[in-house]
Amino acid sequence: MAILVIAEHTNVALGAATLNTVAAAKAIGGDIHVLVAGAECAAVAEAAAKIDGVSKVLSADNAAFAHQLPENIAPLIAEVGKNYTHILASATSNGKNILPRVAALLDVDQISEIIAVESADTFKRPIYAGNAIATVQSNAAIKVITVRGTGFDAVAAEGGSASIEALTVGGDAGISAFVGEELAKSDRPELTAAKIVVSGGRGMQNGDNFEMLNRVADKLGAAVGASRAAVDAGFVPNDMQVGQTGKIVAPDLYIAVGISGAIQHLAGMKDSKVIVAINKDEDAPIFQVADYGLVADLFEAIPELEKAL
Amino acid sequence: MKVLVAVKRVVDYNVKVRVKADNTGVDLANVKMSMNPFCEIGVEEAIRLKEKGIATEVVVVSIGPNAAQEQLRTALALGADRAILVECNDELRSLTVAKLLKAVVDQEQPQLIMLGKQAIDTDNNQTGQMLAALTGYAQGTFASKVEVAGDKVNVTREIDGGLQTVALNLPAIVTTDLRLNEPRYASLPNIMKAKKKPLEIITPDSLGVSTASTVTTLKVEAPAARSAGIKVKDVAELVEKLKNEAKVI
Ligand SMILES: Cc1cc2nc3c(=O)[nH]c(=O)nc-3n(C[C@H](O)[C@H](O)[C@H](O)COP(=O)(O)OP(=O)(O)OC[C@H]3O[C@@H](n4cnc5c(N)ncnc54)[C@H](O)[C@@H]3O)c2cc1C
Ligand SMILES: Cc1cc2nc3c(=O)[nH]c(=O)nc-3n(C[C@H](O)[C@H](O)[C@H](O)COP(=O)(O)OP(=O)(O)OC[C@H]3O[C@@H](n4cnc5c(N)ncnc54)[C@H](O)[C@@H]3O)c2cc1C
Repeated sequence: MAILVIAEHTNVALGAATLNTVAAAKAIGGDIHVLVAGAECAAVAEAAAKIDGVSKVLSADNAAFAHQLPENIAPLIAEVGKNYTHILASATSNGKNILPRVAALLDVDQISEIIAVESADTFKRPIYAGNAIATVQSNAAIKVITVRGTGFDAVAAEGGSASIEALTVGGDAGISAFVGEELAKSDRPELTAAKIVVSGGRGMQNGDNFEMLNRVADKLGAAVGASRAAVDAGFVPNDMQVGQTGKIVAPDLYIAVGISGAIQHLAGMKDSKVIVAINKDEDAPIFQVADYGLVADLFEAIPELEKAL
Repeated sequence: MKVLVAVKRVVDYNVKVRVKADNTGVDLANVKMSMNPFCEIGVEEAIRLKEKGIATEVVVVSIGPNAAQEQLRTALALGADRAILVECNDELRSLTVAKLLKAVVDQEQPQLIMLGKQAIDTDNNQTGQMLAALTGYAQGTFASKVEVAGDKVNVTREIDGGLQTVALNLPAIVTTDLRLNEPRYASLPNIMKAKKKPLEIITPDSLGVSTASTVTTLKVEAPAARSAGIKVKDVAELVEKLKNEAKVI
């Protein structure tokens, strides 16, 4: 068995989610190869070669792959992937964008967002916003799978010494073009990789009040997240949304501030190790999943918390 | 320009589903069903394109049981012109749904095809991308802005790091994210009018698509339950517990 893992990266740095996806590949068992498709991405290929458990890195360095356009990258992955039993990508916005296109090109079903490996052909995945866990079995010749990072502990980024092979296949399909991007800049840890996450909801009232959470987060070395209501109201940008349709996080500590605890929000954070809820409504559903609940006005509690840390 | 919107009948997003005691699936008996929220956003966007004079016809399609006519009628009441139901009672995988939609695309020849980014029941997030592969069209997934400009469509996408804009040749596939628009409500007169709009029912067989799949669901279980913990009286107690009991800070 040989497993192809699609690297998540920015052309200059390897994305941490790749390490969780390699962990899922290890759980399946077999020879693990990593495909780095990008432009001027040699540094990423070198980083991928050091990942523990990886035996070969395939590097497809081509200007057409610079922005991960699925029209260009999916045919490459389908072509390279034909020789593998499994193709795995992280369930990031990028993996979710590209991999179903690969699966359809290979004429196989995709299994989305697995959280556990039962055997080489059987996997667990959440459905209905995590209110049910389905065990699914695939008899497809090539199993195309996205991996939810929170289900697998990352493998070590160092320790391996895989060979790097350059690929020359693929190019520009000529039907799509990159126009631009607005990326959030933050010195705080990435939401999905942070050990502590502090999230605010509609109760924060406005974007300026999120500064209070930022200060608490900085003291804790935490990332800052938000509920959909806070994003929709324009308090904070979309990349901060935690939930069924936002990011899935499972940090050691999740602090929910002014968030009621709708099932769609819980779907994104209820696997956190310790959950703290701060809400002025003692009947808020968030308290049903919180290890520590504080019924209080957040405008008093958060400044106090900042001082106490 | 013709716009095709795929709409799926799913459990209403307010319903907390329960797993069946025999672990064969979730209990959907007597549960409220609705149009998938992301599909509603797709219908709304198509109607807005029509109101702007960009779209000439909005066709909605659903693949599912006979009862999915309800969701198609809702889409017609919101402003779609015509509906197609591919009637099928099996639980279909995304690839099969995409193949059925491809057959409908071949017949209808739309310039823009809108789908939800994910269905809130299976949370697959696959169908649009698969349809893009099968048609060979470009895809703009997780869209928060859609602008048709000549023979191209510019799509702003919600990605992990922020926003990305791509320009796609038409025909193209767009999957909707939550912030693309806020769907309207159907008015009573429009609900009445929708009853008279055309709704065609066809079968997967007539489209020449087999509904076989390579994936089987072995069992469906409830997730590990999380029980409520304790209430702390103040911030000082909270910090003390986090330091000494939970040891997470
Ligand atoms: C298809 C679909 C997908 C969705 N996906 C997501 C998703 O991915 N993520 C997500 O989060 N939501 C999602 N939602 C939305 C979800 O249903 C809720 O509407 C949302 O999570 C509510 O956000 P909230 O808790 O911030 O707001 P509210 O529910 O309005 O809660 C605000 C809370 O703040 C408390 N509060 C107010 N003032 C104070 C104060 N001064 N001090 C302390 N507490 C205070 C209130 O008591 C209340 O509990 C989705 C919905 C749909 C239909
Ligand atoms: C209890 C239960 C368990 C299931 N378990 C699984 C499972 O484990 N794995 C699995 O692959 N499938 C499963 N299915 C089948 C599932 O209902 C879907 O029909 C199928 O997976 C299609 O994917 P999706 O709707 O999740 O697609 P997504 O890719 O999440 O849907 C995106 C968009 O595609 C369009 N679309 C999807 N389906 C239709 C449709 N029928 N008609 C019109 N437009 C549509 C909509 O615009 C939708 O917003 C299960 C069904 C049930 C009832």
